[in-house]
Amino acid sequence: MTAPQLIHGYEVVIGFETHAQLATHSKIFSRAPLGFGAEPNTQTSALDCALPGTLPVMNRQAVEHAIRLGLALGSHIAPRSIFARKNYFYPDLPKGYQISQFEIPVVQGGEVGFYLGDEKKTVRLVRAHLEEDAGKSIHDQFPTESGIDLNRAGTPLLEIVTEPDIRSTEEAVAYAKELHKIVTWIGICDGNMQEGNFRCDANVSVRKPGQPLGTRREIKNLNSFRNMQIAIDFEIRWQIEQIEDGHAIQQATVLFNPDTGETRAMRTKEDSADYRYFPDPDLPPLVIAPEWVAQVQADMPELPRHMAERFVSDYGLPEYDATTLTQSREMGAYFEEAAKACGQPKLASNWIMGEISRRLNHEEIGIGAAPVQPASLAALIGRIHDGTISNNAAKQVFETLWTGEGHEVDAIIEAKGLKQMNDTGALEKIIDEVIAANPANVEQYRAGKEKAFNALVGQVMKASKGKANPQQVNAVLKERLG
Amino acid sequence: MALTLEDISRIAHLARLELSPSDSEKMLSQINGFFGIVEKMEAIDTDGVEPLFHPVSAIEDITLRLRDDIASEPSNRSGNMQNAPAAEEGLFLVPKVIE
Amino acid sequence: MSSTPSSKPLHHQSVRELTTALHTRQISAVELAQHFLQRSQQHRHLGSFVAQDEAVTLTQAQAADARIADGTARPLDGLPLAHKDIFVTQDFPSTAASKMLAGYRSPFNATVVQKLADAGVVTLGKVSCDEFAMGSANENTAIAPLGFDAPAPVRNPWNTAHVPGGSSGGSAAAIAAGLAPAATGTDTGGSIRQPAAFCGITGIKPTYGRVSRHGMIAFASSLDQAGPMARTAEDCALLLTHMVGADPDRDSTSLERSAEDYSQNLNQGIEGLRIGIPKEFFGDGLADDVRHNVEAALKEYEKLGATLVPISLPLTELSIPVYYIIAPAEASSNLSRFDGVKFGFRAREYADLQDMYLKTRSEGFGEEVQRRIMIGTYVLSHGYYDAYYLKALKLRRLIANDFQNAFRECDLIAGPVAPTTAWQIGDDQRDPLTNYLADIFTLPASLAGLPGMSLPAGFGANGLPVGLQLIGNYFAEARLLNAAHRFQQATDFHQHVAKGF
Repeated sequence: MTAPQLIHGYEVVIGFETHAQLATHSKIFSRAPLGFGAEPNTQTSALDCALPGTLPVMNRQAVEHAIRLGLALGSHIAPRSIFARKNYFYPDLPKGYQISQFEIPVVQGGEVGFYLGDEKKTVRLVRAHLEEDAGKSIHDQFPTESGIDLNRAGTPLLEIVTEPDIRSTEEAVAYAKELHKIVTWIGICDGNMQEGNFRCDANVSVRKPGQPLGTRREIKNLNSFRNMQIAIDFEIRWQIEQIEDGHAIQQATVLFNPDTGETRAMRTKEDSADYRYFPDPDLPPLVIAPEWVAQVQADMPELPRHMAERFVSDYGLPEYDATTLTQSREMGAYFEEAAKACGQPKLASNWIMGEISRRLNHEEIGIGAAPVQPASLAALIGRIHDGTISNNAAKQVFETLWTGEGHEVDAIIEAKGLKQMNDTGALEKIIDEVIAANPANVEQYRAGKEKAFNALVGQVMKASKGKANPQQVNAVLKERLG
Repeated sequence: MALTLEDISRIAHLARLELSPSDSEKMLSQINGFFGIVEKMEAIDTDGVEPLFHPVSAIEDITLRLRDDIASEPSNRSGNMQNAPAAEEGLFLVPKVIE
Repeated sequence: MSSTPSSKPLHHQSVRELTTALHTRQISAVELAQHFLQRSQQHRHLGSFVAQDEAVTLTQAQAADARIADGTARPLDGLPLAHKDIFVTQDFPSTAASKMLAGYRSPFNATVVQKLADAGVVTLGKVSCDEFAMGSANENTAIAPLGFDAPAPVRNPWNTAHVPGGSSGGSAAAIAAGLAPAATGTDTGGSIRQPAAFCGITGIKPTYGRVSRHGMIAFASSLDQAGPMARTAEDCALLLTHMVGADPDRDSTSLERSAEDYSQNLNQGIEGLRIGIPKEFFGDGLADDVRHNVEAALKEYEKLGATLVPISLPLTELSIPVYYIIAPAEASSNLSRFDGVKFGFRAREYADLQDMYLKTRSEGFGEEVQRRIMIGTYVLSHGYYDAYYLKALKLRRLIANDFQNAFRECDLIAGPVAPTTAWQIGDDQRDPLTNYLADIFTLPASLAGLPGMSLPAGFGANGLPVGLQLIGNYFAEARLLNAAHRFQQATDFHQHVAKGF
């Protein structure tokens, strides 16, 4: 454990509560569909509106997603967990209670590991529990009233709670990114933060080193990693200033305002202290048989950290490349297919991390949508490797592939006449002409001016219309000039 | 131990019930009357006894039934909202909520 | 009784007799429906019906007649039946007798309502009950019965100055008065058995989980159970057969169990049947006239070849606090959805959202309901959960265990349903606690989730009916009904008719 980094002599302590919306077709306790941005209250069943006589029936897929997360994070999957009612009154909470898990959650313990720079960090999980989302209150549509839309009510959530293991904003953001990567990687969450798919609440406190934990404030509404960075930094500064000015920190829930970049304490929800949790008598205990866990384990995808380690050991990639290429399952698969096909892993890695990533970012599309297939990239790399084309020519070929003007690498090379000149006779002829035509440069070179040599190379390349192989040109020139 | 009027008003608030002073007095005496017999429960030692939730789990393990993840509920907004005290543009209406 | 055409008036005939008459085309479903609609018109003063719709009822009857005519008759085709207003129905308002739900229209039918409709029953309407099924006299009602312009208690046909019991009082009174041959009821702490006893009819509460709770307006989730009420055990068997079954799509607490025809073994002999007699059910609290009739009924069982086995259910008295902690706790949460937002009553005047909640709930809920919400909220609140709610659930386990021990020595348990016969309406000697204490004999089976029934066993000093309670082990409904049927073949208490009906 490295010494904690201090800000104005204060140690920062951060824990996370993340609500990951589970990727299911129907709601957690009803058969109503899920979907963002539908007409208000069109995606609600009688149960979602809490109509009298309705009772909850649990969605198997939501449980399976919880098992997947537990397996991915090395957690204990509770063989028996309990759904409880959290009682409070709020207009977008239709039943007057939220069905959640309290004393016995389905996922217990586990950890998230990631690199901060080249330092390995580990954040321990307390738990992850299944619960239902609430509806939405719309405050700006009517002058004196709020509108209630229950489309979101009953959306399956997995609330993932960490220990207060995080010691800096950077570490916090890195943790959130890693968790986001994992939940999307194992396919339990779409991870769209703007749509509230992946909602992070950060519990932030500061203390002098060695002191007990300070009073924490919970920042809600962190709907992008960038906002997370700004909000936590602001909160840390604010808390330290308060303490320095002699004010005690009051426990509170604060909202981050993306426009001002500030956090503001919310009006504390009344009697939030007394939720009167009790086991939901409408839902018997959730029992997960070992066979089920084993079966889910069997069809778990290879996890990012394992894939990265394998890229290092099997393909000899640097740690940095391996980590970058395992940002998403698609990218990892893309790399592996291309690397296998061309037998040049490092070249493949360079192309994906360079040219391809650049274009993907520019066009704001994922690698899945890349117009150049791994096989084509492999073929292209093959032609660079066997000297058929130069890197510059390769860029042209790639451009052609990307824009869709051409589809087959060799055909493009042929059509555009990009083949390098490997015919030594022809090259020597050109070189002799160049030497004859540029006595001055020859003189200067012999006088030890490297610049002059490059000028000659340039002349040769020009004369060969760029088809000469630069290495070859160097060799022959040196030999000729003795 | 007997409840006080403070307890009554705290509980009433939790339950979102508004009791007049006289109602509170009445409620207080009735609830305390009831808790007179509740105290008898203390006489029985229940250490190590498992609470019984679904009564039939007294004889067999009752576990949660899971359903397949199929969105088969037809949308019935008009039916589900037909009893709403106040609704407009497909939304339930409540007095403005101040965050 | 025989299934040959009966000379009795239609409204005194049993479900069995009526279904036979319908299937043999001796009477049409429409005629029968009209007869009972007219009966309930004629006896509005009982206050049992809260909703009827002649058009709906007759349409259902015509459909039944059509099926009978074209040979596609269903088992209960044309049988008129009333639903307790705790079940939600698409064709009638569903109010749970609460101002909170006055005029409420459900977009779906309760599973029980649907299953009975699929079996062919014709709905006569909705009958009164205690508000949210909280009460044992049907005096806690906020809905005006048909023929009244203000809320009024249901009256006991045997003496209209007396209560019919509750919470299924409207169901019991309607059957006893011949306004319906059968009705649905729900039993949380005795709400089928006690009114059945008070009105001299037969009713059964099945094992918890045997009948779907979907569409029952919830009172206490771990206790609520629906069951049939009718004149005879044979009738209850016919109806129960079409009510039970798991509801995997709608109720997670309903139990997987194969279908059962409860009529099949009704006539089996009961020689050697061991009937357990809990001494705690025959203590000082038991009124002499009730004791006398119950003991006479037990003697009758001995004549039929059963043997009486003295047993003990030591925690019987504690079942009162245990029940009145668990049920209100669950109710306090179940009733949180009544907040004036999605459906039902909303106060007319309020300052803001919080005030809207307060005014809506204190104006919308009746006194007894508010009392139970208060108790339930308290026992779940911070610092009291373990001492009260959890403790009660542990005692509930012990109570269930006591029954299992008892069933090693006996096949059934018998005793009184209630300490007294029906009391007077508006008896101001009775405070809430007195009423809670009167549930003592029905609560133990409710807490254990065991099937229990009440059958007519004579008449008390004041001429009011006395009920005999039979309690069976889990899923032993068939055995209960068999024992009850044999008793009714040997006695005629169930055939007595209240004067004027």
